[in-house]
Amino acid sequence: MERHNSLPGRTKRNGISGALFGLGLVAFIDETIFHQLLHWHHFYDRSSTEIGLVSDGFFHAFSWFATIGGLFMYADLRRRGVLNKKLWWGAVLIGGGAFQLYDGLIQHKLMRIHQIRYVDHVIVYDWVWNVSAVLMIVAGLLLRHRAVENKTAAWEGS
Amino acid sequence: MDAIHDGADQHHHPEPASSLPADGTASEVLAIALQSAPFLLLAAIYPVAAALSARRYGPWPQHRVLFWLLGVMTAGASLVGPLATASHHSFEAHMAAHLLLGMLAPLFIVLSFPVTLLLRTLRTPTARRLSGVLRAKPLQWITHPVTAAVLNVGGLAFLYLTNLYHLMHENVLIYGLVHVHIFLAAYVFTASILYTDPAPHRKSYPYRAVVLVLALAAHGMLAKYLYAHPPVGVPSAQAEAGSMLMYYGGDVVHIAIILLFCRQWYRSAGHALAAKKARLEPEV
Repeated sequence: MERHNSLPGRTKRNGISGALFGLGLVAFIDETIFHQLLHWHHFYDRSSTEIGLVSDGFFHAFSWFATIGGLFMYADLRRRGVLNKKLWWGAVLIGGGAFQLYDGLIQHKLMRIHQIRYVDHVIVYDWVWNVSAVLMIVAGLLLRHRAVENKTAAWEGS
Repeated sequence: MDAIHDGADQHHHPEPASSLPADGTASEVLAIALQSAPFLLLAAIYPVAAALSARRYGPWPQHRVLFWLLGVMTAGASLVGPLATASHHSFEAHMAAHLLLGMLAPLFIVLSFPVTLLLRTLRTPTARRLSGVLRAKPLQWITHPVTAAVLNVGGLAFLYLTNLYHLMHENVLIYGLVHVHIFLAAYVFTASILYTDPAPHRKSYPYRAVVLVLALAAHGMLAKYLYAHPPVGVPSAQAEAGSMLMYYGGDVVHIAIILLFCRQWYRSAGHALAAKKARLEPEV
């Protein structure tokens, strides 16, 4: 139980909870907006590789678990009085951005699961997608840096 | 299909009309009644057991009775009636029936605590013998989360990727065995992840979380694979619709399982936290 309350333990748990939720959130937005509402993404692209199918299946299942598990961890951090909102939101941005970058570079381009949109100039969409992923990661790292700097004062409830 | 209708439709659909006997309505109703009888019996047994055991051990939670009835109803709807009939020639209907029998019904049944109810309804010596059987090696092996996951998702892969799916529709015995397997494997898997009934040799939460995610991932991969690789004898349009139903319909039940699992985890961590607090700050 000691690891829950030590300072590195708290930082780590805030980070894991936020990153899991961020990953799940980005995957959820991808599914609802780009697959279901805009119909830009295809359910199955016949040019996808076998490893692409495996990667998609894994991340699809994991993202549901990450969203729900991340939120239960958030509730647990609050219950223990060790929630740090800046640290948590920083991790949400890092986790979300990292997954978006993986999706944009590895899953779309390398494994060719599906493209962002089936148009001639998909390269523009790819750049917007991946640059926004990098911006999310940078913003998350800055937020995290600031949270760690004034960590002694920022713990909710302490 | 009454006589007047048959006469009117004869012009357009001579085949189905002529294949039905004159007393089509009565024999159909009788067939459905006979086929539904086992499910009605199952639906009735549980409330009786709940009432019997309540006399000795106090009331049995009513929502569990509801879960049992929902479980029997969803399983029944997948095996008897219009959906079951349609599933003989439509892969999409088969997949809808599979979602009911292989995902929703097992979850409902797990949430009804059937083994706990059985143990408290039986006479003590019989209950003891039963819990001995539940602890026996072969059952321990089957109810291990990894084995259960492989039997569950692996069974589906075997059904759709070999010509078993085709054979199943030719042979009633194979059809029955496959459907019993679909339900039982899914029930054992769900019970091996969400502990409701007594489970000897429990696995930790992280262990079960990993198995759960991998099993859901395998389910999703199989669903997507079927989109482009239909089972033997299934037209590609049906395979595409069935594949998406398996993928997204599966998600709905998966989310429910994940929510219940995380809630159990959160609660048990809460009990541990409260116990620790009680140790550190003894009441004065």
